[in-house]
Amino acid sequence: MEFLHAIFVAPFVDMWTDPFFLAELILVGLSTGVMYSLVALGFVLIFKASGMFNFAQGAMVLFAALTLVGLMEKGAPVWLALIVTMGVMVALSFAVERCMLRYLVNQEGLILFMATIGLNFVLEGAGQLMWGSDVKRLDIGIPDRPMDILDGKILLNTFDVTAAVIGAILVISLAVFFQKTAMGRALRAVADDHQAALSVGIPLKTIWITVWTIAGIVALVAGIVWGSKSGVQFSLALIALKALPVLILGGFTSVPGAIIGGLIIGVGEKVAEGYWGPAFGGAIENWFAYILALAFLVFRPQGLFGEKIIERV
Amino acid sequence: MPEGHTAQHRQVGDVIMKVEDVSLSFGGVRALDNVSFDVREHEILAIIGPNGAGKSSMLNCINGFYHPQEGSIYYKGNRRDTAKTFEAAEEGIARTFQNIALFKGMSTLDNIMTGRNLKMKKHLFWQALYFGPALKEEMEHRAKAEEVIDFLEIEAIRKTPVGRLPYGLQKRVELGRALAAEPDLLLLDEPMAGMNYEEKEDMVRYILDVNDEFGTTIILIEHDMSVVMDISDRVIVLDYGKKLAEGTPDEVKGNQDVIDAYLGVSHD
Amino acid sequence: MFYREAGQFKTSYQDDQAIFPILQDKVAVLALVAFAYVIPFFANEYWLQAILIQFLVFALAAIGLNLLMGYAGQVSLGTGAFMAVGGYACYKLTTNIEGMNVIVAILLSGGITAAVGILFGLPSLRIKGFYLAVATLAAQFFILWLFNKVGWFVNDNPSGTVTAPPREVFGVLVSGAQATPEARYWTCLTFLVIFAWIATNLVRGRIGRSWMAIRDMDIAAEIIGIRPLRTKLTAFAISSFYCGVAGALMVFCWLGSVETEAFDLFNVSFPVLFMIIIGGLGSIGGSILGAAFIVLMPIFLVNFPPMIGIDIATDFQKHIEEIIFGALIIFFLIVEPEGFARLWQILREKLRTWPFPY
Repeated sequence: MEFLHAIFVAPFVDMWTDPFFLAELILVGLSTGVMYSLVALGFVLIFKASGMFNFAQGAMVLFAALTLVGLMEKGAPVWLALIVTMGVMVALSFAVERCMLRYLVNQEGLILFMATIGLNFVLEGAGQLMWGSDVKRLDIGIPDRPMDILDGKILLNTFDVTAAVIGAILVISLAVFFQKTAMGRALRAVADDHQAALSVGIPLKTIWITVWTIAGIVALVAGIVWGSKSGVQFSLALIALKALPVLILGGFTSVPGAIIGGLIIGVGEKVAEGYWGPAFGGAIENWFAYILALAFLVFRPQGLFGEKIIERV
Repeated sequence: MPEGHTAQHRQVGDVIMKVEDVSLSFGGVRALDNVSFDVREHEILAIIGPNGAGKSSMLNCINGFYHPQEGSIYYKGNRRDTAKTFEAAEEGIARTFQNIALFKGMSTLDNIMTGRNLKMKKHLFWQALYFGPALKEEMEHRAKAEEVIDFLEIEAIRKTPVGRLPYGLQKRVELGRALAAEPDLLLLDEPMAGMNYEEKEDMVRYILDVNDEFGTTIILIEHDMSVVMDISDRVIVLDYGKKLAEGTPDEVKGNQDVIDAYLGVSHD
Repeated sequence: MFYREAGQFKTSYQDDQAIFPILQDKVAVLALVAFAYVIPFFANEYWLQAILIQFLVFALAAIGLNLLMGYAGQVSLGTGAFMAVGGYACYKLTTNIEGMNVIVAILLSGGITAAVGILFGLPSLRIKGFYLAVATLAAQFFILWLFNKVGWFVNDNPSGTVTAPPREVFGVLVSGAQATPEARYWTCLTFLVIFAWIATNLVRGRIGRSWMAIRDMDIAAEIIGIRPLRTKLTAFAISSFYCGVAGALMVFCWLGSVETEAFDLFNVSFPVLFMIIIGGLGSIGGSILGAAFIVLMPIFLVNFPPMIGIDIATDFQKHIEEIIFGALIIFFLIVEPEGFARLWQILREKLRTWPFPY
């Protein structure tokens, strides 16, 4: 009885009596959501261009962040470290194409997925082998001060706001890239049909390298944002798991889906943890997003932005 | 025309299926528009029409894969248009597909055996042991499947994965899978598409034999007019989802609307 | 030269559909099983405890996952959670019910896992492929969280571990810390042999065919009368049953005492997935070979460098292992995406004509 009360009544009463707490949770949720979107975006880019469910996206985040921190610890200034890290991510996408993708053309999605799990192990191992596995602090100078809104009724953080802005800029520039440039058009063509794209002369290898590079840079941004917040450590690779529910919510192929889905998951998670967490004994963050996404799918299997597929025989 | 075509089995019987005012749309596209017709027992009924006329959609409505928004379909007195997809097979309706829909990872024999799945009843427990009743049942059905293999003359490819077979043979295996279910009503969606002359001849022979030996009612979609006119008892013509004409091959051949639809006509 | 089937005529459909239609295969497999039973007489305890029992447990789980993924085409990443359900259920059954036979308890926990599997298999009716894979992660995280949070599952043990109680079968201890490795090995081996045989039976009969039909083309399968929901849920149930039994054996015969950590995504779900991909999707024998490969590879990686005189600092070793493991997986997928089962098939084709292939 008490349990039911704690689930069905108390949270709503609290929301009513203290709307500012709710608003704060929603804002915090939104800023977390942007970061989920960032990681999910990396997945979506690669899935669109190569039909590959790239499980290594999380490891790429870790790898990029580790490289950046490692370089800075060696004394490199921020700008240099950033440029070198980007260079490393570009080199990585060349290596992935050269050693892996080109041999796996036309394989089934599952095989590609397994290969990226293999890549995941390689990147995790390589990153930690080169830079060590202890927790590192990352500070590239994003201001981190508390910020008062509505006379201190809502507490926010300049860091979260900055992260949200960075995320937004990245997303907008990607959208422009996809819709307005020739490369973007080629990418969409490849996403639709590999063979048809090849037959009109779109170079598959270039497309792949480009996409993996973009995904690598998205991973770097995600790594900077997450890494500055919680330190650069192995657990950074696990945020990939956080981004997966975002994908089923938003769809594997939809850029707006990844963004909106990320925001929904971020807000849902914070609100749920804030109001219902105590009733369940806490730490529900690990699975709540999955259940939320799953419940959503039952009612709308095509996802947030997917079109209903008419099956033909 | 083969001789058996007029044998006594082939007496066209009563109406077994009534299609009444069926309409089906996808968003704004009206795939079927107020289509009505009857199907009589033991007959071969052809549905013809230009591409996109709604022929396959009609078959899909009949076996419950699509559910028409308006109208009704009755099969042997039971409502068909609202039934679930898998119930069609239970009512004795089998079909083949325009784009081959075989189970690519399985052998010819296994594909044909899946056609008999519905008739196999033995419990999970016996299946797990592959012994006693389950073994006996499996062997009985294997014998039945072999009859189909024999009928279609595909003994040599029994154990070959169907993915490796040439197109014409795949079409034949697909027919075999449908036949293995011993259907009363067989829906064939372009069974001869993409075949050469000899393969077509074989296929026509099988279709006539099925109709003749087992008395199976057949609804057939086909673009090859010479085949349609040769083997069907009646023909229905669809165009833009509407029924344009219905009748014996000769009646349809002379119908002005049909000629217009196929050859095009200026509307000025 | 020795691998000839000429002269072995089949005179009944039953002979033609036997598991090993060729005599040489039958003899070889029977010999292998017999050999497996006598291994404890000359293997040392380290091999039995750390490698062979682990292999048997994972082989069983791999068969379970292969039934679901390789045969029914439903992707699952929740293997770890289902094994955990089996392990914890078996623990609750043996500790809370007086005089419960441990074999019965293991089978019952398989049944309980099957029920849980059906529950988490329900979304498979509406979603497919990777969407389903991610959905099964919900099971993985939720179930492990539940076992961590709710004390009832561990009999309110404050440390949160479950420890297999000592139980006897025919007067021989088979579970818990005091049981000899030999007894535990034989128990696991017997389970594996019986359930591998059952799995083979299932996949060559009606159920197996309806699974493969759903896998290869679900719409056509439905149109020929295969009920998608029932077929998929049967696959989830039976697959989970296998995983549940494997999980129970993992707790009772291999590790002895576990925390939820042991059933983690990276400790169980992914490795088992690797086993069936490397072994071959849709192959029971392949699952077993894949399990052997994945269990042995890390052990090889640990022991090989010292053998050839290379000494690696231990903190590096883990990372190097990771890199090599990942690279090997990619390499293997590139070279033979259809796994050991396919290699074996090719080898057989070659053997049949060896040494005169033309």
